[in-house]
Amino acid sequence: MSAVTLSNISKQFGSFTAVEPMSLDIPEGQFVTLLGPSGCGKTTTLRMIAGLLDPTGGEITIKGRRVNDLPIHKRNLGIVFQNYALFPHKTIADNVGFGLRYRNVSKEDAARRVREALELVQLPHVADRYPSALSGGQQQRIALARAIVIEPDVLLLDEPLSALDANLREDMRVELKKIQHRIGVTSIFVTHDQAEALAMSDQIVVMSDGRVEQVGPPEEVYNAPASEFVANFLGASNILPGQCTGRQNGTVVMDTPLFGTVPVPAEKAPNVPGAGAAKLVLRAEKLQLVPKGQADPDQISAEAVVETVDYQGQAVRYFVCSGDTQLQAINMIDTRPFAEGDSVSIQFRPRDCAALPGA
Amino acid sequence: MGWSLIRVWTLLVYLFMFLPIAVVVLLAFNANQFGSFPMTGLSLRWFDELFQNEAILRALRTSLTLGALTALISTTLGVLASLALVRYDIPFRNTISTILIAPILVPEVVLAVALLLFLQFLGIHKSFTLLLFGHVIFTLPFVILVVQARLVGIRRDVEEAAMSLGASPIQTFFTITLPLLTPAVAAGGLFAFTISFDDITDTLFWKPGGVETVPTQIFAMLRNSISPEINALGTLMILITAGLPLIGLAISRKLAMRRDRAG
Repeated sequence: MSAVTLSNISKQFGSFTAVEPMSLDIPEGQFVTLLGPSGCGKTTTLRMIAGLLDPTGGEITIKGRRVNDLPIHKRNLGIVFQNYALFPHKTIADNVGFGLRYRNVSKEDAARRVREALELVQLPHVADRYPSALSGGQQQRIALARAIVIEPDVLLLDEPLSALDANLREDMRVELKKIQHRIGVTSIFVTHDQAEALAMSDQIVVMSDGRVEQVGPPEEVYNAPASEFVANFLGASNILPGQCTGRQNGTVVMDTPLFGTVPVPAEKAPNVPGAGAAKLVLRAEKLQLVPKGQADPDQISAEAVVETVDYQGQAVRYFVCSGDTQLQAINMIDTRPFAEGDSVSIQFRPRDCAALPGA
Repeated sequence: MGWSLIRVWTLLVYLFMFLPIAVVVLLAFNANQFGSFPMTGLSLRWFDELFQNEAILRALRTSLTLGALTALISTTLGVLASLALVRYDIPFRNTISTILIAPILVPEVVLAVALLLFLQFLGIHKSFTLLLFGHVIFTLPFVILVVQARLVGIRRDVEEAAMSLGASPIQTFFTITLPLLTPAVAAGGLFAFTISFDDITDTLFWKPGGVETVPTQIFAMLRNSISPEINALGTLMILITAGLPLIGLAISRKLAMRRDRAG
C-alpha cells in the first residue's frame, strides 16, 4: 500500500505558481527525497503534505486517508526542521515526550518510549538537560527522536542537515539513514544537496521551478537524467548538440560534431525519438584526460587543450577546449595533474553517456 | 581635567534628578510636624498616620485595584493583538498597529479630553469602569510593543513542531507560545501596572466624583497644606513603582538561572 499519494497537487501564491500540478506515489517504508535548488517548490510540497499549507488543487492521501481537510495536529506526522525547533523551555525528556502527551500513552509507557528513543539516537544521558546545553548535532538528534517516538505514519525532514557543519553532516547522514532503515518509517526528505539525495534515497524527485523534472532511484536519476536540468544539477555534465541517426543493437546512434558517431545505450536515452535533433549528455567524471595521442582506441576520443585546472585534493576539475567547444572533466589524480595549456586527448566510453531529445 | 569636569557635571545632573526624591523619602521619617531641615528626629509617625487615614487607604485600594485590573486587561488584549499582528496575515496590519500604538504619541491631555468629550457625546456618565477602560487604552501600546518584540523572536517552526506532534493550535499556545512569551507578558503587565498606578493627568479627567487614586489624593491634599503624610505616601509610591519591576527582574533572573543550572 502506498504510504503517501499526491494526486495533481499544486500551490499558487497569488499569481505565482510555487508548485505545478504534481503526482507522486510513495510506497510504505521508502525514503524519498525532494531535490532541487531553492525556490523549486520542494519545501512548499513538504509543507502541503505536513498540513502547514493548503494545496490550491489536488488531493493528498496518507495511508489511504484523504488529509486535505485534516489539520496538521491530526495527521500523525513526525517533522524534523532545519533549525531543530526544539522547545527551549522544556527538558530534553519533555521535548521528546511532548507528542506522547496527546496520545493515549501511560506515564510509564511514555517514559520508556522516551528512553528508547534517546538510546536510538545515542543520547541517553541528556534527558534532564535543556536544549541550549546541547550542540547543533545533538539538538538535531533530539529533534529526530521527538519526531519518531510518536511512531508517525510519515517522517518529514526539511533540510535537517543543512544547519550542521560539513563533517558532522556526513556522519548524521549515515546515522539518519540507519535509523530510518531500522524503524522502517516512510520518510520524505527535502534537500538541495545532491550528495545527500544520492546517498540516502530510495527514490529521488528532482524539482525545478515548481515542476517535477524526474522521479527515479538514485542510479537512474544520476545515470540517465531525463532533462538537461537534472543532468547538471546532479553533478556536472557536458551537454553536446547532435543528431540521432537511428537505433541498432540496443543503442541509440548519436552523431555529434565533436566526437563523431556515439552509440548510446537505449535505456539511457528513453525519450529520444528514432531520428532528429538530440543532445549527448557526458558526465564530467566520465570524461578522462590522457596525454596527447595516448587515447584508448576502444573509447571515443578527441584532441583538446587544458584551459583551467581546479585542484581539489583527490580529484581535479579541468576545463578543456576542443575546437570551439568547452568541456569539463573531473578526474581522480593518479600521478601529476595536467597543467594549463597542455595538449591532451579526451576520451570516454559510449556506455557512460546518456542522450536527451531536443536541440 | 576635561574628564573630571564631566564627572562633576554628571554628578550634578544626578543630584538634580534624585535629590528631591531623596528629600521626600528622608522627610517621611522626620519626627517634626513641619517638613523641613534640620530633622529633629527619626520617626515612623507619618506612616502610622497614613495607615489611620481612611481617605488615603481608600485611594490606595482604588489605585491597586485599578492598576491590577489595567495590567490584567492590557496584557490579555496586548498578547492577543500581538499574536494577530505577528502571526496572522490580517488586512491593514500596519494601520491597525499604528492605531494601537498611537496613544503613546498623543499628548496625555489631548487623549484625556478626547475620551471625555466622546463619552459626553455618547451620553455616558463617568464611572470606575470607564476610568479602567481609559487606563487600558494608554497602557496597551506598552504591552503590545514589548510582547510583539518577543513574539517576533519566537520561531514559528517551534509552534509548528508542537502542532505536528499532536497539539491543537490552542494547546500549542498554552504549552509553547505563552511560556516562551512569559518574560514579555510579565514585563508588559508590570509596565501597565506602574503606568496606571502613577498616572494623574488622565485620571483627573476621567475619574468619577468621589473616587480618588493615590496620585489624585496627593494632589487634593496638596491643595490644603503640605502635610508630612504626603512624604510618607510618596515614599510608599516610590517603593511600589520601583520595587515591583525590581522584584519581577529578580524572579525572572532566578528562573533563568535555574534553567541554566539544569542545562
